[in-house]
Amino acid sequence: MREFLRNPAGLVGSLLLLLVMGAALLGPLLAPYDPQQFHTASRLQGPSAEFWLGTDQYGRDLLSRLLNGAPSTVFFGLGATALGVGAGAVIGVVAGVAGGRVDSLIMRVLDGLLAMPELLFTLLIVTFLGGGTSQAMLAVAVTFTPGMARIARSAVLSVRTRDYVTAAVARGEGRGWVVFQEVLPNALGPIIVEATIRVSFAIMIGATLGFLGLGAQPPSTEWGLMVAEARQFMFRNPWCVAVPGVAIALTAMGFNLFGDALRDAFDPKRSRS
Amino acid sequence: MTLAYVLRRLGAIVVVLAIVTVAVFGITVVLPGNAAMMILGENATPESLAAMERQLGLDRPILTQYLDWVTGVLHGDFGMSLRLSLPVSQVVGDAFRNSLSLAVLALVTVTAVAIPLGVIAALRRGTIWDLMIGLFSYVGTAMPEFVTATLLLIFLASPEWPVFPAGGFVAPSVDFGAFLYHAILPSVTLGLILMAHISRQVRSEMSEVLSSDYVRAAELKGLRPRRVIWRHALPNALAPAVAVISLDIGYLLGGIIVVEEIFAWPGLGRLLIYALQNRDLPVIQAITLLLATVYALSNLVSDLIITWLDPRVRHA
Repeated sequence: MREFLRNPAGLVGSLLLLLVMGAALLGPLLAPYDPQQFHTASRLQGPSAEFWLGTDQYGRDLLSRLLNGAPSTVFFGLGATALGVGAGAVIGVVAGVAGGRVDSLIMRVLDGLLAMPELLFTLLIVTFLGGGTSQAMLAVAVTFTPGMARIARSAVLSVRTRDYVTAAVARGEGRGWVVFQEVLPNALGPIIVEATIRVSFAIMIGATLGFLGLGAQPPSTEWGLMVAEARQFMFRNPWCVAVPGVAIALTAMGFNLFGDALRDAFDPKRSRS
Repeated sequence: MTLAYVLRRLGAIVVVLAIVTVAVFGITVVLPGNAAMMILGENATPESLAAMERQLGLDRPILTQYLDWVTGVLHGDFGMSLRLSLPVSQVVGDAFRNSLSLAVLALVTVTAVAIPLGVIAALRRGTIWDLMIGLFSYVGTAMPEFVTATLLLIFLASPEWPVFPAGGFVAPSVDFGAFLYHAILPSVTLGLILMAHISRQVRSEMSEVLSSDYVRAAELKGLRPRRVIWRHALPNALAPAVAVISLDIGYLLGGIIVVEEIFAWPGLGRLLIYALQNRDLPVIQAITLLLATVYALSNLVSDLIITWLDPRVRHA
């Protein structure tokens, strides 16, 4: 753990994540104003003592909107990744453990799905499901599934021939027992690392969908939607697009750095270079 | 690397694309609301809807629609756009050319900037240069295209200080200078994530190679440092970087959708969003198939480049 924090990526990543998770869990409680309250006398203002990060086109306090949007933005990323990783891990483990025909059939289908650029795939699914937060989350999860399945499969394959697994099989343990007690715990490392980095992608795609009007809908304070709504006024008050934009970038960066540091911690060979 | 290998890979691509056509057709067929509804509006009578569906061929069984479509595609006929009353191949072809010019511009700039940046960072490890480049790559990978685009617009295209146009397009055949002028902000936006990615990859591979035995051997032989770096180290560090570039083409193809929408660039991305909004199935199918093909072919090309760069793979 100390080693992890001595790595600059780990330290900065952990601090950013602490900040982001704090905002996601407590943000709505800490907000100084109601995020939907119009302060008509002070529209499109820069930061001041009264409004720390300025106000948008209706005079709504940007800091309050940012803090209120934190849960929907961050939990979107976590939720989509969890769903995608869960489904992908199940498919990958099934393919890796079954082997043979089942494995090659699953892999062919995955190859076909991976042949589409991610955002394109997500857009197709989101249009099919209709815009909205949970639809967008499901779409991102479906998009993540093939990639995660592939990683889970290769993790299982690399573990499957290890001595402790063959030993368990030789002992006559049941198939389920071997998978859950021996294979899965040892294959978990790469899956967790990939999942952490994926959260930042999920947050970025979620915000992009919100920006395109296919994700969270008004009056949500999701950060991508905040940028989209304020875009018309960005030249009159750059703060109203810069604040949510930078918040998205910092959040994504936190998960990225944390994931990189995790990978180094799991793989000592990489951390030395 | 043999012709047989290339042919086998091309065969695999055809199989993958066949799966893509099924997946895309499946998704587009279950899209709620069809083109007839979009053309006639919400107040259309059931009779006129049925007539329109018959006219557009949407009343046929799904399997027939799919087979007709695939037969057409194999003959180079992608059908008619349901919304624009033009052949899909023409609409998509024009957009493809515009997107391609933007993507190539972005990719060339990115490669030209990112590889030297990565090499500098690896050669000057632990210095302020390394730190700055590292920081840039972390910030770059964390910015979605729409955030980068918006920030660039604020700083470089505001009404008070319009260094670059905020959007629009001029065909390169009409006025190449104006084309570049309009393409700078979109291609920088597209390139930032890739630049961050690639420079980081080149840096880590290059530092690994620089501490390898054969580079030490080359140095001990008394070769000039420049020759060691360019002839001995860089080719070996580049192979993994090319692999990353080919994966990044997937991002590039996705990013282009957002970037074209923001900068009003009349390419595939903009056309796709229009087609999705209007349920213009033939256009959606053609664009998806095209993007998947480009992606698959670019992966193949990158594998060929890797084999060419790295003799160990070539002889394996």
